[in-house]
Amino acid sequence: MAQRIKKFYQEQGIWILFILPALLVYLAFMAAPLFDSMRLSFYTGKGYTPTEFVGFQNYIDLFTNPIWRERFLGALKNTAIFFAIHMTVQNSLGLFFANLLSAEFKGRNFFRTVIFAPATLSVLVTGFLWTLILNPHWGAINQTLKAIGLDTWAKPWLGDKNLALPTISLTSVWQWVGMPTVLFLAGLLGISDEILEAARVDGASNWHIFWKIKLPLIKPVIGVVAILTFVDNFNAFDVIYAMAGAKGEPGYSTDLLATFFYRTGIAGEHPIGIPNMGMGAAIATITFVILMTGVLLWLYSSRANEDVA
Amino acid sequence: MSRIQKAFTYLALSIWSLIAIFPIWTLIINSFKPQKEIFSNPFGLPQNFTLEGYKAVWLKGNFGTYFLNTIYVTVISLALIVFFGSLAAYALAKWHSKTSTALYVFFIAGLMIPIRLGTIDLVRIMQMLSLQDTIWSLIPVYVAMGMPISIFILTAFVNTLPKEMFDATKVDGASEWRVYLQIVVPLLRPAIATVAIFNMMKIWNDFWFPLVFIRAEKSRTIALGVSLLFGQYRTDWTRALSTLSLAAIPILLLYILLSREFIKGLTAGAIKG
Repeated sequence: MAQRIKKFYQEQGIWILFILPALLVYLAFMAAPLFDSMRLSFYTGKGYTPTEFVGFQNYIDLFTNPIWRERFLGALKNTAIFFAIHMTVQNSLGLFFANLLSAEFKGRNFFRTVIFAPATLSVLVTGFLWTLILNPHWGAINQTLKAIGLDTWAKPWLGDKNLALPTISLTSVWQWVGMPTVLFLAGLLGISDEILEAARVDGASNWHIFWKIKLPLIKPVIGVVAILTFVDNFNAFDVIYAMAGAKGEPGYSTDLLATFFYRTGIAGEHPIGIPNMGMGAAIATITFVILMTGVLLWLYSSRANEDVA
Repeated sequence: MSRIQKAFTYLALSIWSLIAIFPIWTLIINSFKPQKEIFSNPFGLPQNFTLEGYKAVWLKGNFGTYFLNTIYVTVISLALIVFFGSLAAYALAKWHSKTSTALYVFFIAGLMIPIRLGTIDLVRIMQMLSLQDTIWSLIPVYVAMGMPISIFILTAFVNTLPKEMFDATKVDGASEWRVYLQIVVPLLRPAIATVAIFNMMKIWNDFWFPLVFIRAEKSRTIALGVSLLFGQYRTDWTRALSTLSLAAIPILLLYILLSREFIKGLTAGAIKG
């Protein structure tokens, strides 16, 4: 027996010891809280110990009870719009810049460094900074528009219900566009020169080369960028908190799933100020299910693509 | 490239570079101007140079405490992430069994799951451990959050190292622990740098967990401090801009010095190590 234990230790035990610290902290502070949050979503009760089991009632309330329904569906819709703007504007810009940067010319690294720079700042800082820039009184943006004679374009960017969400989304695009740029650039630089040379010899135009050769070849990178954009933005909080507050002002028009989650489960809604942790957990669980659905679809489709190739 | 192509490339990239730099430039130069000048001369260099904003933020605003707290939290978390992560990565790369594959998959699954979704339970855990309102509530969460990406990058890196390297030392009777310390860690250095930068940015800039766990003045981090000071100084623009600059400048300087490593680090996970 002692010998077997010794043998096991020599062969495997040492590895388990090596993995143990990482595993324990990951289990205790990431995996377990995630799963326990799911369990809590079936409970209700005020404060830190939701004790009353209510089955799916929290979920049913979110989808049907008018008190919750409006806020929940609003947050869901706004999150989808927030994501869609990143997906289209940020990633197309990123692809565009990456394609320009993939050629050889002087100053290429400089441009790459500059385009990426905002991504190093804290989201909170850029959010606050842009509220100042977009401020209707000082508002560098509005001053500039007025200076070039576009007075009518000077708008209360963050005060208008229809403008606030697109405006905040675009400031976030401003900050993060360096990410897809660098990822696409790595993909484009990975394409062998021979293929591109051969296409040029055949007389293909740059436009044609981009759409028919480069784009299909960087399909895996497009997938990675898409899934990263999805996960990051379905979970966004800081930029809204900084620019529109925890309530997604004006009039909840910029309320995202994360701000809704924060108000409901953690801060507690005004005027009561007591968090409803069970309901918060239900919102987190729904977000989790949405994210997992997206990730699994991506994994499935990228695997299907591999099989074809 | 043809001439027209070249001109177009420079033009397009220059326009965006201006858009990228302009807000940061306005932030920094205006933080050195008195309120009046911020409005009268928003884009030029300061004519009435002042450090009033910085003085107020640093002396009255306790920014020094926030700064130190953030450094403690970041440094301790990073040290633990790198240590736990590299230890586990070495084991996962070398140990071939069903258990190790399952564990690897379990760690990697965390790459796509934001830890924030477990916040409700983490709040309860911190209450139970009486860690709420201290910087110690942040560290275990950040270490857990850093495990998936670190294990992903470091395991991939260990797998690229030639196997003979470890085997040869085994014959000499070196224990796995010594192999780890004397051979694996030095070889892993470039991958460790990537892991460290990736996690450093996440931790340094994190606002969510300080917001949720911490209220006490003495335990605030920069992000939390900035949000409170900014609210307080909303009408005093010199101070508001100084607050934001103090939070932004250290990272920007580091980025200018190490931009290549930063870009590599921040996009890590999507492009392997």
